[in-house]
Amino acid sequence: MANSTEEAKNQMLEAIGVHSVDRLFEQIPDEHLTRREFRLPAPLTSEVALKRHLLDVLGKNETCENNLNFLGGGVWQHHVPAICDEIWSRSEFLTSVWGTPSSDLGRNQAWFEYASQLGELVGMDFVGLPVYSWGAAVGHAFRMAARMTGRTRVLVPALMDPQRLDVARTYCGFPEQEGHLEMVAVAYDPATGRLDLADLDGKLDRETAAVYFENPSYLGVIEDQAAAVCRMARRRGAEAIVGVDPISLGVIAPPSDYGADIAVGTTQPLGIHMNGGGGVGGFIATRDEERYAREYPTLQVSLTDTIVEGERAFGLTLFQQSSYGSREEGKDWTGNSVYLWAIANAAYMSVLGPTGFEELGRAVLRRSHYAARRIAEIPSVSVEWPTGFFKEFVVRYDETGLSAAQVGARLRAKGIFGGKDLSGDFPGLGQSALYCVTEVHTRGDIDRLAGALEEAVCA
Amino acid sequence: MNNGLRKYHAAVWDEPLVMEMGAPGRRGMLFPDAEPELESLAGDAGGLVPEGMRREKAADLPELSEPEVLRHYLHLSQETLGMMGISLFGTCTMKYNPRIAESITRLPFVADTHPDQDIETLQGTLEVIHGLDEMLRDLTGMDRFVFQPGGGADAAFLHATVTRAYHQAAGALSQRRKIITTAQAHPCNPATAAAAGFDVITLPLESEGYASVEALRSVVSERTAALMVNNPDDIGIYNPHIEEWVDIVHEAGGLCFYDHANFNGVMGRVRARELGFDACMMMLHKTFGAPKAGGGPAVGAYGCVSELAPYLTTPVVVKKEGGYTVESSGAARTTQVREYLGNIPVIVKAYSWLRAMGAEGVKEAADLSLLANNYMETRLLEIPGITKGLPHLDEYRMEMTRYSLGELTEETGVTTVDVQNRMVDYGVDAYWMSHEPWFIPEPFTPEAGEMWSIEDLDYWIDVIAAICDEARTNPEIVKTAPHNQPIHRLEGSGLDDPERWATTWRAYRRKHGSGAAAAASEG
Repeated sequence: MANSTEEAKNQMLEAIGVHSVDRLFEQIPDEHLTRREFRLPAPLTSEVALKRHLLDVLGKNETCENNLNFLGGGVWQHHVPAICDEIWSRSEFLTSVWGTPSSDLGRNQAWFEYASQLGELVGMDFVGLPVYSWGAAVGHAFRMAARMTGRTRVLVPALMDPQRLDVARTYCGFPEQEGHLEMVAVAYDPATGRLDLADLDGKLDRETAAVYFENPSYLGVIEDQAAAVCRMARRRGAEAIVGVDPISLGVIAPPSDYGADIAVGTTQPLGIHMNGGGGVGGFIATRDEERYAREYPTLQVSLTDTIVEGERAFGLTLFQQSSYGSREEGKDWTGNSVYLWAIANAAYMSVLGPTGFEELGRAVLRRSHYAARRIAEIPSVSVEWPTGFFKEFVVRYDETGLSAAQVGARLRAKGIFGGKDLSGDFPGLGQSALYCVTEVHTRGDIDRLAGALEEAVCA
Repeated sequence: MNNGLRKYHAAVWDEPLVMEMGAPGRRGMLFPDAEPELESLAGDAGGLVPEGMRREKAADLPELSEPEVLRHYLHLSQETLGMMGISLFGTCTMKYNPRIAESITRLPFVADTHPDQDIETLQGTLEVIHGLDEMLRDLTGMDRFVFQPGGGADAAFLHATVTRAYHQAAGALSQRRKIITTAQAHPCNPATAAAAGFDVITLPLESEGYASVEALRSVVSERTAALMVNNPDDIGIYNPHIEEWVDIVHEAGGLCFYDHANFNGVMGRVRARELGFDACMMMLHKTFGAPKAGGGPAVGAYGCVSELAPYLTTPVVVKKEGGYTVESSGAARTTQVREYLGNIPVIVKAYSWLRAMGAEGVKEAADLSLLANNYMETRLLEIPGITKGLPHLDEYRMEMTRYSLGELTEETGVTTVDVQNRMVDYGVDAYWMSHEPWFIPEPFTPEAGEMWSIEDLDYWIDVIAAICDEARTNPEIVKTAPHNQPIHRLEGSGLDDPERWATTWRAYRRKHGSGAAAAASEG
């Protein structure tokens, strides 16, 4: 702290005309001042000591770099191009505050490029700046749909990440409250893992504000009835909301192709490290129609002009409907989110390009399907839905006589993070785990997993 | 410029949009199948996607090589002022972001960990979370902190949802529908209260600089769910009756939330729990040394008393024999504001900052914040045209002061927006004017914090003084500012016009036609 020298303090005290800094706290009544002796650890005043401490503590973590990782479920290990880290960690971006459209032109342009490229991937032309997470995006989308339709019920897939569902539910409130949204689960077809359309049909009614489904689903299945789901929703006057994994959109049809009204999802796979779950971010995208645009809770930048003809700028559009503009009269609320990641996302999308996304998608499909086949060959282990998925699939251990936790522990002993244990969240799937395979996995990695899994269950 | 200030001009790259760059067939990142046998083993990749669900037309993304992408974004970074200059952006507490924490959090044991890893493989992360929890408990007196909220506003939302769950459990939610806040509280407080389903009562500013105890009493009732307030506020006023406020709300059965967005001036001196609050929030980005990053990733650390702990978002980290583990409670299903444990890198940065500062350092930082603010005030008020917001309140302000340029505007026509646009011509980050509502005409709110040197503060003041001088001698240069930035002032008339707004390039091309786009890029 530059002004911690006695000279600096005295210079400021003198200019102010007081003898002691305590005098400056005069507004705080004496009885509000704490008498406590704080117990914070003694300060690590040198960078060398601080670094050593942080390395010692954080070094207790195991990582997905020095283990073979197959965990996914909404936070996925994809390759992070080195330039993504180089770009977001530039001090100008890292420390940017708020600025003006002129002084922070570059950052605002990068935000516009994020929204524009994401819009190309999902086939939508109105995209807000990111929200906290996928779950938050779902929650906001539900509230947008409820305001647009004046209805009070939302349908969600029965097979959804329980935490993501909890976040969405948090945005829906309690029945005792005005404006509460009732959440109703739509069953799945156990044979395919896809939505049960008959059940959906029975639950869609005049109170349904939105139908939410995911593509691929939480458990990896590509929802090939997507067009039918959207059609059914629209026919009953409900909004069709789809949650997508944007990295799949090089090979999987964009939401606009099958008639979704609102696309949401996570931004993490687009060049952001998993960060122990700290890498997540959410997006909301729709057609550029006033009906949708005027319900966005987010900030967003629009390409616009300056006072000099022909000169481009980027300004906040529809600011007045945000909580900054209208406090409790605004649409939900907004605040600091994950705008820095949006810059890394922009760099990611532009360094991949259309062919990169397609190539990446194909590489993922091949590896994940190879993995599913290898695992299905293991005696007493089966793959629940062995085709029609993108990068994740469910492996069942029931016939091994082992719990998913036991299998996981045995794999861990071999330096492998096996699939995510689903037995607690989805008892209907027995002892099972969700495996994620991406472009970072080699055939050798997959063979090693299969060998280790076979040993684990046959031991 | 002959005012003794440094020469400055921002980088101008006239950078096209990335979507306008590149050439067909150019590649930046390859994912070749190094193992072609995978195809024969797994089948044709295209055929692995169910029919009807395959992408037919490639996404219209740019086609660029890696160096082009890097240079493009480096150019954009150079066209971003950030904290390359001096930023005394009030209400946000802009301070240095130690690069040691930046470099540590980019290492695999933070960056390349998965949240669902077995708890035994995340002991380092859990130790940091628990350690930060304990340090924040010490600073505030709360019993438990969680870090899931993705920003200060999200922590306010968490409080609103915890309030909801608490009263719902007591069967009182249909009765307790009101959340009380003040006009000086950050907009996120009323906004999140409303989003959580509450009616909002906003107490107006009164002549003492805060709403009166009587005003509070007149709205508190058995329908009160909670109080959500900042103290001090952004004008620099500390409400000395806050303990009485808390008592009044508690007596009526409501909860009290201390939005500690303005923690920098009271840290080490005031503990939220000792004032009676049930919960509080601090921003780990900004106040605790993690970067603002243009708007996150961020963390609003939310702390509460044990009575509210059952309603917290989950999982929470707890100490166990020989290490740490996580616990979840069922009640959290209506207060889960974000997935997983929080923005881990931001948590590590805040932990690192507190370990470097220690208790004495934190207290000294608060001291320096008030010293710097009041030092600035003595100089700023010497500049003709600048007055102090609520000038009749003459006690020393806390870590920031809100000022008015109303007199300057009356005299010269130069507004606070003009001054803001002119500041950046001197390489100084634009100030924050005021959150809504504006109480003070032509407001601006600098916050010095503990990090900026006296020379930085003096330079910032010199810039404001020079601009106020220009407002009298050459007002046009201020009204048409900026002049030393990559682009001129925004012409924002189309921003709220559905025929003209465009948040994506595809929307822009549709609305403005390719001719307009070409003209713009040539301009």
